Amino acid sequence: MTTTPVQKDTTRASAGSGQPPSDDQLVKARGRRGGRPRTAAEWILMLLGVLGAAIVVFPILLLLINAFKSPADYSTSSPLDLPRSFDLTGIQTFWEQNDFLRALWNSVFISTMVALLAVVVSVLNSFAIGIGRVRGRTWIVLLFLMANLVPQEMLFDPLFTLYDDLGLLSNSWSVIITFVVIQSAFGTYLLSSLLGTFPKEILEAAAVDGASRWRILRSIIVPVVRPTLSVLMVFFFIWTWNEFLLPLAFLNTSDSLTVPLVLEQLSGERQTDTTTLIAGTLISIIPTIIFFLIFQRTLTRGITAGAVK
Amino acid sequence: MTSTMTPKRRKRSAEPARIPERGGRKLGYWLYFLPGALLVSVIIFYPIVRNLRLSFFHWRGGRAEEEFAGLDNWAALFQDQEYLQSFQNIILVIVAMVIVPTLLGLVIAALLFDVIGRRFGGKLSSFLRATYYLPQILPIAVAGVLFGWLLKPNSDGVVNQFLTFITGSETTVNWLGGSYPTAMGSVMVLMIWIQIGYPIVIFMAALQRVDPELYEAAELDGANWYERFRAITLAQIKPEVFVVSLTTTIAAMKVFAPVFILTQGGPNKSTYVPSFYAYNEFVNGTDKGYAAAIASSITILVAIVAVIFIRVQNRSERKDA
Repeated sequence: MTTTPVQKDTTRASAGSGQPPSDDQLVKARGRRGGRPRTAAEWILMLLGVLGAAIVVFPILLLLINAFKSPADYSTSSPLDLPRSFDLTGIQTFWEQNDFLRALWNSVFISTMVALLAVVVSVLNSFAIGIGRVRGRTWIVLLFLMANLVPQEMLFDPLFTLYDDLGLLSNSWSVIITFVVIQSAFGTYLLSSLLGTFPKEILEAAAVDGASRWRILRSIIVPVVRPTLSVLMVFFFIWTWNEFLLPLAFLNTSDSLTVPLVLEQLSGERQTDTTTLIAGTLISIIPTIIFFLIFQRTLTRGITAGAVK
Repeated sequence: MTSTMTPKRRKRSAEPARIPERGGRKLGYWLYFLPGALLVSVIIFYPIVRNLRLSFFHWRGGRAEEEFAGLDNWAALFQDQEYLQSFQNIILVIVAMVIVPTLLGLVIAALLFDVIGRRFGGKLSSFLRATYYLPQILPIAVAGVLFGWLLKPNSDGVVNQFLTFITGSETTVNWLGGSYPTAMGSVMVLMIWIQIGYPIVIFMAALQRVDPELYEAAELDGANWYERFRAITLAQIKPEVFVVSLTTTIAAMKVFAPVFILTQGGPNKSTYVPSFYAYNEFVNGTDKGYAAAIASSITILVAIVAVIFIRVQNRSERKDA
């Protein structure tokens, strides 16, 4: 899943001769001998590539077709048939039976808070590690990284008891606190090596001007690394949005559920009508797809900005 | 070529960035750890220590007394058919989440970049790349429900209807509840579907780094596509292949949601994976000490795999340098 290493934007830029070439430039560079007509083999390979992509989206297309069938239409037709008429019964039933807006709000609130707070914690940690270069920093980074490595079932029972004692069960903050720690582990790892290469001259100039550490961090370092911070935030948001095990364990009342949990609960109920379930699945996918479209550029930049340590 | 892009190396070579200090006091920096250290101790290390300790006890949970068990729980793991089965399944999960996506990802990335990107335009290849990546951003639970619908048993299942349509004979396979091979196979297909986009995106980015002149030189020397792929592409993007295998292997060892949603470990507990088993024992089991032993054993294994990977990577970096 979802383990998507974002790594320093700077590594790639420094790797070759400046900026990474864009797709178009590369096409030009590599197609230099171009001008020759496409061969039959190339057409076949292209079609294979398209076919593969079609197979990948096929389940989602099926979902789209069947979400707009009436229950009667669904039970009498094949899932591959187009709906006979545009019917919203499934979507309406899903909407009425589940407080989807509430779940949507819970998911947005949890993911946003985690994205913001985890970035703050990552910046503080990595300031001490990357700029402060405290003793034993390699080990400290490893200790923080444990949060990312440890399987969630190892955390589940003790944290459940802890949040129970604190009265935080079925409260968004139980999930927020937990994932701030888990996500900031990755942020600390990433930002520490990025800050380790921060231009020395800037820091010296600021210190000569009498700026305190806290001020240097706030007014100089954070603005400079802001692009990386925004990539981190987008990833923290999506990762948290998609989380399943710990939210499942901590959030038990119907008004505290997140989007994936609502859907899981719906699919677990025997009496759920299939069209309702399909409509619910489609509706649950929509926020993620909107998010994907908005942040597609940030996402690809983040994932590709150098998967290499 | 990896050496120039390794932050560690750059850190060592140049003088590190730091704020000049009058007295060289570093103590103040430790203050910045306060929130992070406090949080990680409570949320991560307290549960780890507690579960490690609990794995040496029998405990029914709640107000029951803890009863010292020594190594009982750990010894019992090796006699436990479900536990052993869950580890056997992890190997299949690694096939579905690491090996197949990485191999397919290499081929598809090369195809999108070399053939489609070069001969049919960057727009088409970017579009296809985004399409392959789409399942990666769906919540796994939602993807699981989607596949659960497709794989419904009897004749209302989409896959069954599809097969009936193709073969012409009525197909009613109980994919998820019928037998171990179909259930595990279904879980694996879901995992491949989710994972495939990740290596493609990373490898395509890596390919942009490869100097096109290398390919042209190889072509002039009469190397065919496969020879070029092996000698240039693979050699150049080795670091990315490494990172992808590391991150996905760790994710595979921790996998939970696909099994929870699709099969609930069934039929007959045959599709158990360790994290599902541990979760199930914590929630429904009678001995939390035993559940803690299961969870601890996975944690230790993940840590070992991570250390091995990092060691191997450091060694190969030294060789490259």
